[in-house]
Amino acid sequence: MRTSADIAQTSRLRSRHLLGIADLEAEEIRLILDTAEAMKEIGTRPIKKVPTLRGRTVVNLFFEPSTRTRTSFEVAEKRLSADTLSIAVATSSVTKGETLLDTVRNLEAMAPDMIVMRHSSSGAPHLLARLCRSAIINAGDGMHEHPTQALLDAFTIREHKGRLNGLKVAIVGDLQHSRVLRSNVLLLNRMGAEVWACGPATLLPAELARFGVRVTTSIDEAVDGADVVMMLRIQQERMSGHYIPSTREYFTLFGLTPERLRRARPDVIIMHPGPMNRGVEIDSDVADGPYSVILEQVANGVAVRMAVLYLLAGHEADTER
Amino acid sequence: MKLLLRGGRVVDPANGRDGEFDVLVEDGRIARVGKGIPADGADVLEIRRGWIVAPGFVDIHVHLREPGQEHKETVATGVAAAVAGGFTAVACMPNTDPVNDHPGITELILRKAAEAKLARVYPIGAVSIGSRGEQLAELGAQKAAGCVAFSDDGRPVSTALLMRRALEYAGMLGAPIIDHCEDPSLKGDGVAHEGYQAAVLGLRGIPGAAESVMVERDIALAELTGAPVHVAHMSARQSLRAVRDGKSRGVQVTCEVAPHHFTLTDEALERPIRYDTNAKMNPPLREAADRDAMLAGIADGTVDAIATDHAPHHADEKLVEFDRAPFGIVGLETAVPLVFDRLVHAGRIGLTRMVELLSVNPARVLRVPGGSLADGAAADLTILDPDERVTIRAAELKSKSKNTPFDGWTLRGSVVATIVGGRIVYRKHRDDASR
Repeated sequence: MRTSADIAQTSRLRSRHLLGIADLEAEEIRLILDTAEAMKEIGTRPIKKVPTLRGRTVVNLFFEPSTRTRTSFEVAEKRLSADTLSIAVATSSVTKGETLLDTVRNLEAMAPDMIVMRHSSSGAPHLLARLCRSAIINAGDGMHEHPTQALLDAFTIREHKGRLNGLKVAIVGDLQHSRVLRSNVLLLNRMGAEVWACGPATLLPAELARFGVRVTTSIDEAVDGADVVMMLRIQQERMSGHYIPSTREYFTLFGLTPERLRRARPDVIIMHPGPMNRGVEIDSDVADGPYSVILEQVANGVAVRMAVLYLLAGHEADTER
Repeated sequence: MKLLLRGGRVVDPANGRDGEFDVLVEDGRIARVGKGIPADGADVLEIRRGWIVAPGFVDIHVHLREPGQEHKETVATGVAAAVAGGFTAVACMPNTDPVNDHPGITELILRKAAEAKLARVYPIGAVSIGSRGEQLAELGAQKAAGCVAFSDDGRPVSTALLMRRALEYAGMLGAPIIDHCEDPSLKGDGVAHEGYQAAVLGLRGIPGAAESVMVERDIALAELTGAPVHVAHMSARQSLRAVRDGKSRGVQVTCEVAPHHFTLTDEALERPIRYDTNAKMNPPLREAADRDAMLAGIADGTVDAIATDHAPHHADEKLVEFDRAPFGIVGLETAVPLVFDRLVHAGRIGLTRMVELLSVNPARVLRVPGGSLADGAAADLTILDPDERVTIRAAELKSKSKNTPFDGWTLRGSVVATIVGGRIVYRKHRDDASR
């Protein structure tokens, strides 16, 4: 099971924001994952609530539609007894009206402690972190990062495999537009996993090999001997940019089927950040099959987000002193 | 009215001069360049030992934003920035609001410039009506009103056919076409150079080929028509190669490079400020191999001119998400220190080449007077201190906008004074430079 190297040697995060995995040391990642284990236990109690964040205000500011991540944060905040407020802003109304900075400054006038933000522009949370007083948690920015997703993925892998170090993890799909890919590659590399990235040549980020991953356009090669297979969503609008001819052809070349899965290790786990396109990137039999941990990912998301909120709140208390 | 510039090193490649000379100006024109010219009643401007007297610098590519976007810049504030940066003349792009596709707008710009009485302003007219790429603008009327060149800058000349006709027609009028070389479909909704940095930061990429395929098209059409084409703000190494090949075949192709493209790379997206919107310009800051190619092209003569692509934007417009921020930075007041520091003091070019890039060649490309201190030429002069260290302070720029990635940079080499038509229009050290 877990070796001493997998146990966190630090008790606090260096930054008061969580903008991306890029800013986290391995020690900090371990701390979040270890803390999430304790948080997960709270979710098994009859009364799933602790007073940790009582009196703290957290604003969930979502500029992009999201069901999974937003509700996951909300549940995490409520379990920690924070006062929460969720705002869904249609990007179109922002185009006409006030700027992101004005929107957030108006919210800040009400003195929230933390702002959880989802935004379609890469780097939007970095802008806020530079110019606002609140602690910023990035809940997904454009094609850049989705740090809590990578953390919950790592938590789920660690639960099953007992470690991250030395595992072969295949990530398959629309790599170019995926913030899940970027955060996962950063995290898994930092923790010593071997990452394989697989997708159509049209959907590979420039100089992907420099990310420290093995790049292939063959799903069979990516899946071969894999401990973990992570499937990414392929979006319908990718047809308009000439990225793929059709979802049917995509499934033929890149879909995860039971046959393809036989190349993986016998104890492989299948992950997907959701929402899934059944029959496009993943066969239903695989999504619902015995190797799938997709619903565990969702459950673990709450525990990991509780850990992040808790640790950042502690950071704030430290610096106030 | 007489003015004597006494002392200093005159660098005047058009006339084969490089040495200690005095320059006598009479009635706004160069009367004489020689040694030991007596003052004889002239006002005397003492030029310190080590300072340089050069023919006035000409910036072939600026955006003055008037009419229509006066919150970013006006002709008056733009020419104030120009002379503070050592430029005695600027050529302003037509992507104003409305687009300068009509003599009425050219006349407005020229009137504002005449009122400001600082740098000379050469309007560039739109190639097509509204720069929409559909119908040729009345280039003849625009030339008569004062336009010196034509461009749909901000966009490429849209189709190969329009470009061909524009080259033929403008060639007949003796004016070059300046093209913003970019294939719109390859650019897509890109916001940064397509490479490692943009991939890591999750920014949509613009490949170097988006520029070079258009450069290749334009060179083929310049060859077909025998008319001159000028490549604006060149940034990609593939484009440089295309221009070099074109020149070696005798095609009338010239090109300019902006200081940010020979100074910065796409690493500026990451450091010192991640997602700094002052590192967002079009064409984008490219990778080190492209930056190095620009440096090589500047040194070996492939690059004809250094032009700033001075693109003022209000602070509020830049203080937004990277995707939403407008492209461009101000450049008029940072160009000369960057050229000195990064090119001259770095040993890449000498002073003669510097004056060619900033004065002789831009004037030649636009076919306007300037670039020469011949007797009888307009007395447009730029006086430089190659050794003074200057620290760029965005807040202190004369331009109405302060959008520069060079804030806080300390560079060696400065502008001491700028003279237009024999009038001292800018002086850095009021007490030192004259007596």
